[in-house]
Amino acid sequence: MKQGASTNRPAMSDPLFTPDEQKHFDAGIAELLSHYPVDRKSAAMLPALRLLQTLKGWLPPEGLKLVASRLETTVERCYEVATFYVMFHTKKPGKYVIDVCTNLACALRGAEGMLAYLEQKLATKAGENGEKYFLRETECLASCGTAPCLQVNEDHHESLTKAKVDALLEKLA
Amino acid sequence: MSVLSEKVITRDWERPNQNTLAGYKANGGYKAAMKALELPPAAITDEVKKSQLRGRGGAGFPTGLKWSFVPSLEKNPKPRYLAINADESEPGTAKDRFILEKDPHLLLEGIAIACYALGAHTCYIYSRGEFKYPSAVLDKAIAEATADGIFGKKLLGRDFELNVYQVRGAGAYICGEETALLESLEGKKGWPRLKPPFPAVVGLFGCPTVVNNVETIASLPRIFEKGAEWFSKLGFGKSGGTRLVTVSGAVNRPGTYEVAMDTSLRELIYDAAYGQGLPEGRTVKACIPGGSSAPVLTGDELDVKLEFDAFKPLQSMAGSGGVMVMDDTACMVRCLWRVSRFYAEESCGQCTPCREGQPWMARILRKIEEGRGERGDLDTLLGVAAAVAPWPPIGLGTTICALGDAGALPVQSFVTKFREDFEQHIRLRRCPKGDKPWGVFGDFK
Ligand SMILES: Cc1cc2nc3c(=O)[nH]c(=O)nc-3n(C[C@H](O)[C@H](O)[C@H](O)COP(=O)(O)O)c2cc1C
Ligand code: SF4
Ligand code: FES
Repeated sequence: MKQGASTNRPAMSDPLFTPDEQKHFDAGIAELLSHYPVDRKSAAMLPALRLLQTLKGWLPPEGLKLVASRLETTVERCYEVATFYVMFHTKKPGKYVIDVCTNLACALRGAEGMLAYLEQKLATKAGENGEKYFLRETECLASCGTAPCLQVNEDHHESLTKAKVDALLEKLA
Repeated sequence: MSVLSEKVITRDWERPNQNTLAGYKANGGYKAAMKALELPPAAITDEVKKSQLRGRGGAGFPTGLKWSFVPSLEKNPKPRYLAINADESEPGTAKDRFILEKDPHLLLEGIAIACYALGAHTCYIYSRGEFKYPSAVLDKAIAEATADGIFGKKLLGRDFELNVYQVRGAGAYICGEETALLESLEGKKGWPRLKPPFPAVVGLFGCPTVVNNVETIASLPRIFEKGAEWFSKLGFGKSGGTRLVTVSGAVNRPGTYEVAMDTSLRELIYDAAYGQGLPEGRTVKACIPGGSSAPVLTGDELDVKLEFDAFKPLQSMAGSGGVMVMDDTACMVRCLWRVSRFYAEESCGQCTPCREGQPWMARILRKIEEGRGERGDLDTLLGVAAAVAPWPPIGLGTTICALGDAGALPVQSFVTKFREDFEQHIRLRRCPKGDKPWGVFGDFK
């Protein structure tokens, strides 16, 4: 038996998915697998993990087991990939993940000041994962000509000023 | 001064609905591919060779030549793949995202031409995980083209199946390196492969694979619309066409511009059509010309053309077109430290010189910037860098992939060209710029 196959259905006491999510997940995986050669199911790893994270907000252990079984690979392989890429969360992140680019082009346009401003306004420290905010420094986001920039839960914001950051934060309830 | 006589990539960006299939077709879209597909595949590759199209991903490698490394079906009957590099993460570079956002069908039309020439029935577009909006536009474009019957069982009505899929990355600079990209496409962590064999021979799933940058492939429709000769003549020397560059940092009008190949760095920084110079009284102290991996130039080295071969005498490179400008009030140590931190963070950890060397260099730079530098630190720094990749010339790296070089070259070029700035920090035991190290636009307002 393939490793993880027995976890195809999560324990009854703590179902991983709602019926709707389950449907979405199953259809998503089927579509993804159709993009690869039949003997290369595990190639769908990144998109499958993204699908899981879109549904759950992070990659819970039960979910990783499920991905492993659907992709006919091991849960260790899932963890290896999940921990290599910074966008995958193997720990539950705060409600708002705020990624601030502090690479050179942005730094030359005030990114460090922007990060300090966010730390002060959100009363958090960069790198600390809180319940509401997970503020992080990140690398160049291809907004060098429209610096500084940041992403809130992957939504991109560029050419930022104090006024724009204030307006943005107001929307984060 | 050089003038951009005709736009190639950005020509239609301002047209209404350009990023939809209807808008794209209204302007003659997919006609160039129809024309190209009348040629036998080998003749398409020949045209691409004639056009002098060179890779826009960083290395400037001749595209037609790369395609010709794919073995014939008799020699290797395995399927072949095209992988599009849309990972755009080289610091300073912001161009491919605009192609995806503003004119995704230009890329897709290029893919149709390239796949037909290569005999590839599957194309994966590997896009940067952080590109939520560009990816959404691209997904829609792929769906439109597939629904329209452009892709699918009959590519543009021919007896040739082509399926195009987008795969989104998940935040790892190294996956822009072509073999790491292939590993990632295979569902693994992005650990580069030792070359040779090159991807054209052993690539995705062990099959012949061509990896090309977004801008490279997006140039193809124009080549077949207007002719290889036209494209070649538009360029300069051995670099055909035009190119997209992004100028950032201390200029008055940062942004992404399409320029002629013979445009100089100085023109890009000062011209009214581009960067519009620096604020009154400020001068260029340093300029990274082709993404942060490219060795830094001084303010006296700006009269260099942006085409691919012109940087060789300066021991630097045109790279990915990311031009970052630092003015005379910016701190060179701080700038280099930030660059080094990036490579320390992004090393995949496979090779000892890179895994240990990049963080070591970053630590020494931090020490110097924070006023704890000692006599001898600069020699250690240069020694570590040279152990990863001696310079000059470019290309002597001791590691599996060129990320090693990419981290070592900035260190060697900054310390060599601005040595006095580094020594001053050590002498004074502090950064002379105090809490304003980022130069004329460094404050957050
Ligand atoms: C560390 C590293 C990162 C790279 N990142 C990118 C990238 O983000 N986008 C890209 O097109 N090429 C990148 N490249 C270059 C690719 O390896 C490859 O040369 C390129 O995609 C080939 O396409 P081209 O011939 O059309 O330029 C990178 C190379 C290295 C060593
Ligand atoms: S040079 Fe660095 S990034 Fe490249 S394979 Fe080696 S350790 Fe990984
Ligand atoms: S340096 Fe911040 S987007 Fe490029």
